Amino acid sequence: MEHTIEAFKREESLGARHSGAAAASDGKIHIERTQYPYVTGSSVLGIKYKDGILLAADMAASYGSTKRYKSFQRLKPVGKHAVIGASGEMSDFQQISTMLDELTLRDQMWDDSNTLGPHEIHSYLNRIMYQRRNKFDPLWNNIILGGVKNGKKYLGVVSMIGVHFEDDHVATGFGQHLARPELRKQWRADMTLEEGVRLLEKCLLVLYYRDRSSINKYQIAKVTEEGVTISSPFAIETNWELEAFQNPTKNAEGSW
Amino acid sequence: MMAQGDGAALGGFDYSNCRRNQMLEKAGIKLDRYLKTGTTIVGLVYQDGVILGADTRATEGDIVADKNCEKIHYLAPNIYCCGAGTAADTEAVTDMVRTQLELHRYATGRGSRVITALTMLKSHLFNYQGHVSAALVLGGFDVSGPHLHTVYPHGSTDTLPFATMGSGSLAAMSVFEAGFREKMTKEEGMSLVSDAICAGIFNDLGSGSNVDLCVITKAGKEYLRNHMTPNQRVITKGYTFKRGHTPILSTKIVPLRDRVDVSEGEAMEE
Repeated sequence: MEHTIEAFKREESLGARHSGAAAASDGKIHIERTQYPYVTGSSVLGIKYKDGILLAADMAASYGSTKRYKSFQRLKPVGKHAVIGASGEMSDFQQISTMLDELTLRDQMWDDSNTLGPHEIHSYLNRIMYQRRNKFDPLWNNIILGGVKNGKKYLGVVSMIGVHFEDDHVATGFGQHLARPELRKQWRADMTLEEGVRLLEKCLLVLYYRDRSSINKYQIAKVTEEGVTISSPFAIETNWELEAFQNPTKNAEGSW
Repeated sequence: MMAQGDGAALGGFDYSNCRRNQMLEKAGIKLDRYLKTGTTIVGLVYQDGVILGADTRATEGDIVADKNCEKIHYLAPNIYCCGAGTAADTEAVTDMVRTQLELHRYATGRGSRVITALTMLKSHLFNYQGHVSAALVLGGFDVSGPHLHTVYPHGSTDTLPFATMGSGSLAAMSVFEAGFREKMTKEEGMSLVSDAICAGIFNDLGSGSNVDLCVITKAGKEYLRNHMTPNQRVITKGYTFKRGHTPILSTKIVPLRDRVDVSEGEAMEE
């Protein structure tokens, strides 16, 4: 679930005197925690397919209603077995990426020929998100984590308040409303790579038509037993040539 | 400053009690909850005409008030209108336009046009500045062909080849955007509309129960009430064991009270 800015502002007036607030020399209360997101990414989609996991996201990071950054990579490999994609505040996503890099580095330093699997990384993420939420200073993201280890596929979500679960197909942001119904109908456990990519592209196209903060520039991440690959950016063909759109008031002269 | 009652005389709503109502709400008075139609409503233009679809759940806050209400309203023999928003508002406004259209047909001696209904609806809704909470999908077939329009509570309209409204509109729109093609056949159109309504029923909490369809062509209309019923109530006893399923090992009968045989005199009253 995404949380509205209005709901969080109401919380702020309750929590102003609690943690995170410091009285400065000018007597005003300065609040030092995340109150609303500034640079945001839109939906991320994830599905399991026959050989592993597919994640898809566009490459836009918006600053309010401006599409400020159009080559922002919102999918990131984590270790050898997993990839995460995040929507929401992109600076918090970068912070999470740093934390996960430290985690995997420490794991590597143990040098015990075992690496962190996707389930463990998801648990780590869940704890971080929930603990920040308890301090009323959340990392404003909705994160999808997918991975394959020892033949087992794993696809999970975690939100900014720590709600987490696993499923065969997941989405964040507008994807929950626009992509999930299509995924629920069309998803099958034995889809090939081509079928999985086609299903994701169908959902991405709907999101491009109907979500104002998306752009026609995507990346798809694939995780299999062999490892993680993130595709180079690509676009999807759109169709604006519906005859009915050419002259909508043809039969309604004078309609406004 | 207007005296009380002048608002009604000028038409539209009288807002003189608003400040009093705000003060009452602050003091803790809870206002009545009205019946809303959570809703998924859709419309689609295919090669021979228009297909309208709707779910059948009406909600009152978090409760389902009516499990099988009718959201596709009759406006004219060739024009139907799906309604989302406040149930009373959609009923009243479509009923009002229905009567106006009938009188108009008598006055002009011709069949009704969809844009006539459209103009009547949008003028009325604009006059009430969005307070009449009716979001409509209007479709029909008249002398100039098939038409599909959406009408928003504030009075704006769109003319579209496919449209969805209501809380389930995003789920239904994702099905439409993925599957719509121009000049579909009747079977393809009905199947896509049913799929879109089902997407709303199964993915949106405000929509549910059954699928209503209405197909309007040059020849006439086909109103398919409860075309699909994917949420039938399953009535079971709660168990499926047949008699004789459990073997009886022994039987002992203990009378709960001694039998008294009356030998002489009258029997005591029970």
